Amino acid sequence: MKKNPLSMHIDVDAFIPATAEEKKYLVQMRESSTFFRDGARRLRKNKVAMFSLIVIVLIILSSIILPMFWPYSYEEQLGVRPGKRVDPSFNNLSPFEYGTTEQARIDAGESVFPHIFGTDSAGRDYFIRVVYGTRISLSVGFFASIIVLIIGLVVGSIAGYFGGKLDLIIMRIVDIIYSLPDTLMVILLAAILRVTLGNRLEGTALESIGSNILSLFIIFALLYWVSMARLVRGQILSLKEEEYVLSAKATGAKGGWIIRKHLLPNSISVIIISTALQIPSAIFTESYLSFLGLGVNAPMPSLGSLASDALNGINSYAYRLVIPAIAISLIVLSLNLLGDGLRDAFDPKLNR
Amino acid sequence: MALLEVRNLHTSFFTDAGEVKAVNGLSFDLEYGKVLGIVGESGSGKSVTAYSIMQILAPTGKIVSGSIKFDGQELIGISEKEMRNIRGKRISIIFQDPMTSLNPVYNIGHQLVEALKLHTNYTGSAARQRAVELLRLVNVNEPQKRIKQYPYELSGGMRQRVMIAMALACEPDILIADEPTTALDVTIQAQILELMNSLQDEIGMSIIMITHDLGVVAQMCDEVVVMYAGEICEQGTADEIYYNPHHEYTKGLLNSIPTVASAGTKLKPISGTPIDLLNMPEGCPFAPRCNEAMKICLGKHAPKMQINDEHIAYCWVNVREGVADGSIVLAEPADTLADKEVAVYE
Amino acid sequence: MSSKTLFYILKRVVLALVTVLIVISITFFAMHAIPGGPFLGEKAVSPAVLEALEAKYGLDKPLFEQYTTYLKGIVLDFDFGPSLKQRGMMVIDIIMDGLKTSIRLGVIAAAIALAFGLVLGSIASLRRNTLIDRFIMVVTTAFVSMPSFIMGTLLLLVFAVKLAIVPANGSTPAGMIMPIITLSLYPMAYITRLTRSSMLDVLGQDYIRTARAKGVSYPGIIGGHALKNAIIPVITYFGPMLAYIVTGSLVVERIFAVPGIGRAFVNSITGRDYPLIMGTTIILASLIVLMNLLGDIMYKLVDPRISFE
Repeated sequence: MKKNPLSMHIDVDAFIPATAEEKKYLVQMRESSTFFRDGARRLRKNKVAMFSLIVIVLIILSSIILPMFWPYSYEEQLGVRPGKRVDPSFNNLSPFEYGTTEQARIDAGESVFPHIFGTDSAGRDYFIRVVYGTRISLSVGFFASIIVLIIGLVVGSIAGYFGGKLDLIIMRIVDIIYSLPDTLMVILLAAILRVTLGNRLEGTALESIGSNILSLFIIFALLYWVSMARLVRGQILSLKEEEYVLSAKATGAKGGWIIRKHLLPNSISVIIISTALQIPSAIFTESYLSFLGLGVNAPMPSLGSLASDALNGINSYAYRLVIPAIAISLIVLSLNLLGDGLRDAFDPKLNR
Repeated sequence: MALLEVRNLHTSFFTDAGEVKAVNGLSFDLEYGKVLGIVGESGSGKSVTAYSIMQILAPTGKIVSGSIKFDGQELIGISEKEMRNIRGKRISIIFQDPMTSLNPVYNIGHQLVEALKLHTNYTGSAARQRAVELLRLVNVNEPQKRIKQYPYELSGGMRQRVMIAMALACEPDILIADEPTTALDVTIQAQILELMNSLQDEIGMSIIMITHDLGVVAQMCDEVVVMYAGEICEQGTADEIYYNPHHEYTKGLLNSIPTVASAGTKLKPISGTPIDLLNMPEGCPFAPRCNEAMKICLGKHAPKMQINDEHIAYCWVNVREGVADGSIVLAEPADTLADKEVAVYE
Repeated sequence: MSSKTLFYILKRVVLALVTVLIVISITFFAMHAIPGGPFLGEKAVSPAVLEALEAKYGLDKPLFEQYTTYLKGIVLDFDFGPSLKQRGMMVIDIIMDGLKTSIRLGVIAAAIALAFGLVLGSIASLRRNTLIDRFIMVVTTAFVSMPSFIMGTLLLLVFAVKLAIVPANGSTPAGMIMPIITLSLYPMAYITRLTRSSMLDVLGQDYIRTARAKGVSYPGIIGGHALKNAIIPVITYFGPMLAYIVTGSLVVERIFAVPGIGRAFVNSITGRDYPLIMGTTIILASLIVLMNLLGDIMYKLVDPRISFE
């Protein structure tokens, strides 16, 4: 017998078998929760995404609320009064300056709401034009993305679910539309639709939206649904495969449970994220077109058209360019960061 | 002096979530010319041990303390340049998944020649010739043709042979095989193990075989180290571990192997789930899952017990049984001890 | 090259040709959907031009015949007809003039984007999470999110107007500096991010661990094993990048008054010069389709794994 110096002090009681509770106490299981709660928690931790979310919400709120109580409208040319001569003193006001009649009222003791960004070359309050332009850009972006989502969802689901010849045909169409140079087609179609639609819309309810914006929606509906359709189809195909494999393994009821718990939330989140990232892209396209003069009809402002107009006066009124530029950049940037954050939080394939 | 002496190795990964203690106080020896098996489940720290020896840990990993002596030289703390001289030349490693372990954009010949160019004087066509010879050594058919092929053109078994050829190119003293057959078919598995056995006889190197498969261990290994949650449970010759296990975890592992004799009966897995390496308990890491767990197991690590000349184990059950059968002698209580405390000497 | 790859390339070429055909058709029929037709609906068209058009297209012939005539003219002679608004000029000449300038602009911008993007992206990936990496990521995120016309106009404002370092007009060689830089910013930012994430991905791969275990030195791993793999996604971006440059030039040429094909296109639309619209659209679209095709082919050739599958 080896002499093994095993010297230690032992409490004899310690050799009593440990109870189940004592053992469990040491095993701290990490709390498991649903897919969405996990994702939401991850998103909340992402400071950049949260900040972007706040910025977006603020922008949206101001674009909705501000025009409601602002004393100036985006199209009202302040120097133009029916029946009177045009008063040019209202044009090209610097921030916080006033036109002649306004000045007179101030001298008389009235308080006149200031022009925070001054006025443009036609005497319109620039601040409200920027706010309204933001509203237009945001709504166009949002609704265009919804249209893309719906069309892509429907077509993609049909292709994925039914498969076979139908799937093949749809996918060929998708391939062809996908390979079309989108920006070019968009410009072309925008130019055409302006002219053709403009006449037809007179007198209808859609006139208020404007032929240009309508043509934008039509273009998005025609061209941009393809990536969403591919995505949806891919998700449906993978769902079908999982189901097949699971039932082949004969796990019975467990199969459907796994699909519902893991695959469906996964698919839905991928689709939502794709839509979320589509919105800044749509806003981008709209402002791009407006910049080229193919977007909204005057006098309705869009951030893109405001930037384009400002190019003319760039030497003397540089701020008129900078303001819409910052506005667009802020919107697109925040939406992109938020979309990235959503993807990081909800995409289970991303390993940190 | 053993070829490789690992003493009290502590390796951790420092992540956003905290310190993951992958290896906790591991000690073992690898003798010249022997095959040592390291057995454990996933997450037991076997691979991390190998990476610690080779010092190819991920950036978040760090050897916190301990000593690794190779052929008398301490490896922890040497310069990267010196370590590079050892890697691939004196200690080589082959990995589990040959599919992803070979660079997809270079052909086989290029990757073999690279190994040769790094540590030997082979150049040019001599190196290419040697590469062909190496492929022949590992029983890859048509080696001249294979030299020009890319990894994706080879089957899994062949890729693993190429990995072995690459590892042996410079005739290392130690070959570490990290689960080399796990990703392969059972029939290929047998071939690869045979190959390793014969190569070991031919070249006379030592092998560290990392695996979770007790069958592989039985086929290949002279000695076995059983690991759980980064700690050693017991070490001994293969026979000792198989026929005379002295740790509850090892016993559980051996019990869970289904045999022909037990056909028709219920499987006996080890209950519970592996431990969370972020929150390591004070005592034996296996205690929460152990049927024989005692209160002392939960609070204190078991001491090293010499079962016999070829076998050591770290389990409180041995202490208890030793006290019970008298092989552990209780000393007379001294004045300084409390009533119930005893000093124990073996 | 395996037959599978050849077949794939053939398929892509056919798809590209079909796309161009569709573009031509859409352009043609869209133009003719305008009330009054593209030629007759406009006033102030000189009789000489009208005569030329009549002779060329047979304007009272059925639409489909006009279409085939037009198509034949393009495919066989590269003849797009006369310009409506620029007296005496043939569309094809206007296009060729503009194309020269635009191609020069685009190629230089692409080269800058590629060079800087690869370098910056590699640096960022190797110095992950340090100050320089975060800086690069923030800057590239900004550039990737800002519309090109915003970047362009702001740069115009700062450098040409306020600081007056470079001329605002793009007709001179010095005047090309700003448009080139503007055009290269988005692809540069994109390539930087792409290189970074690709490198990070590659560096985490098993074969890098194998190389390390073999004893390969750090520069050897980065330059040899890692880079060759990391470049693959960047090469596949080549096609889309060139396509972006084509569309980006529309805006950049407008802002900086560069006499390129992009500007000709935009002006033709606002000026309602229909033959020119059709011609520029078709040429530009064909360029884009060609770029995408090249990108597809390069992707196939570069990654041996892909050609195998």
